[in-house]
Amino acid sequence: MTVKINVDMAKCQHYGQCVFEAPKIFRLNNDDKLEYTAEADDSELANVEAAIDVCPMQAIFIVE
Amino acid sequence: MVKLLTKPVLIVGASMAGLRTAEALRRFGYAGPITAIGDERHAPYNRPPLSKEVLSGDEVTFESVAFPQRVATADVNWVLGNRAVTADLGVQTVTTADGQVFEYSNLVIATGLRPKQSVFANNLQVGRHVIRSLDDAVALRNELRPGARVVVLGAGFIGCETAATATKLGCEVTVVAPSKLPIQRILGDELAAEVMRRQRVEGVEFAMGRQVTDLVGADRIQGVLLDNGTTLPCDVFIEAIGSLCNVEWLEGNDLDISDGVLTDGNLHARKRSGDIWSNVFAVGDVAKFENALFGGETRRIEHWNIPTESGKHVGQLIAFQCQIEDPTVDGEVRAAAVASRDAVLTASFKPVPSFWSDQFDVHLLAFGLLTLADESRLVQGDISGDCVFEYYRAGELVGAAGIGMRSVVQGYRNAFSREESK
Repeated sequence: MTVKINVDMAKCQHYGQCVFEAPKIFRLNNDDKLEYTAEADDSELANVEAAIDVCPMQAIFIVE
Repeated sequence: MVKLLTKPVLIVGASMAGLRTAEALRRFGYAGPITAIGDERHAPYNRPPLSKEVLSGDEVTFESVAFPQRVATADVNWVLGNRAVTADLGVQTVTTADGQVFEYSNLVIATGLRPKQSVFANNLQVGRHVIRSLDDAVALRNELRPGARVVVLGAGFIGCETAATATKLGCEVTVVAPSKLPIQRILGDELAAEVMRRQRVEGVEFAMGRQVTDLVGADRIQGVLLDNGTTLPCDVFIEAIGSLCNVEWLEGNDLDISDGVLTDGNLHARKRSGDIWSNVFAVGDVAKFENALFGGETRRIEHWNIPTESGKHVGQLIAFQCQIEDPTVDGEVRAAAVASRDAVLTASFKPVPSFWSDQFDVHLLAFGLLTLADESRLVQGDISGDCVFEYYRAGELVGAAGIGMRSVVQGYRNAFSREESK
């Protein structure tokens, strides 16, 4: 099973707090903009949920 | 399976910290009842956008800031639009404004802050605002029309962000504050001066080193009187002069509530003797906790990451403790719960504080406790562009902040976390 992730890039302000919680999924690129992997193994679910919690803009969603 | 306890975990404050506590309770195996009491009529929502993105939009809505509610916490009993007025920790009850008495097994204090307000001879309220709640933001948004003359009292984060937002909406904004520079206590002189310079370039006026002594107007506000005798014309007066802790409902109990709720390093509320209440915790802005990362002194931290991290810490502790005390769980599960609880207690609550702020094109990000610093040093970039400052107390790094350069600033969080593992 996999978990599908969506970031609302209109909301995202590239604070990068998610990077600490789920470093395999989220990263800041060389221009300090957020990049992410849209699909990950279920083992990442807890990390993704933690990333959702710490997003200042509440821009991260798990796609059901 | 975990036996249902008859008395619920009671969370007072339907806030982000309260919600995160409830979520952690469920995630770490607590299946019993949870009740959350909140004085606002809204379910928990995200406050930072209220002075920025939400306030700059056409309409302020609950939906735009509501925290998503998870399946695991769907059965939390939310008691909204009701306020805790007294608590009796001896008999484990909390009483609300409408006279209901709530019993608890564990109490989580998450009542947060309310805005401080000045007392003026002219007690005019029309045109006078604060920003803490969604309802505050709705009321303010209606008045921030192009051309409106806005005076913001207070030059902290909320004051500066609100000044930027109002300016972008076409208002004529003046910031009044007794300090020399905005956000000076946190950012230090050099970076604070740069923030003011950039705000001025965008059109914000500053009356620094000044105080508002009274309001002018009869039916609605027309001006504010300053302590140098001048009057600033004003249609909309916004106070952003800090906060007060919502702890009055705890008076009469064996607690130290002189500045929030004094806790130990695991967020247990302390008795005046220094002992702890094993079933009473404080989370979020009101928790005055020891943080081993910064010398173990107790302090409250009004940064956005604290509600989430403190809620998680307390939710885990209560969940494991309830499993340990449950006579129906088997020995192996209990042993695991003891080990988990002890690991959390040993780790203690050691968050790396973090804040960010957006004002026009200035995007600040910081880690650590900058207020402790006696010295700041520019270590990367150019202060008029993107830059990074390090903050030191007696030569020891206590924080870092940057305008832009987020990847660099982020590296400092790990620096603090590594020190933790020493």
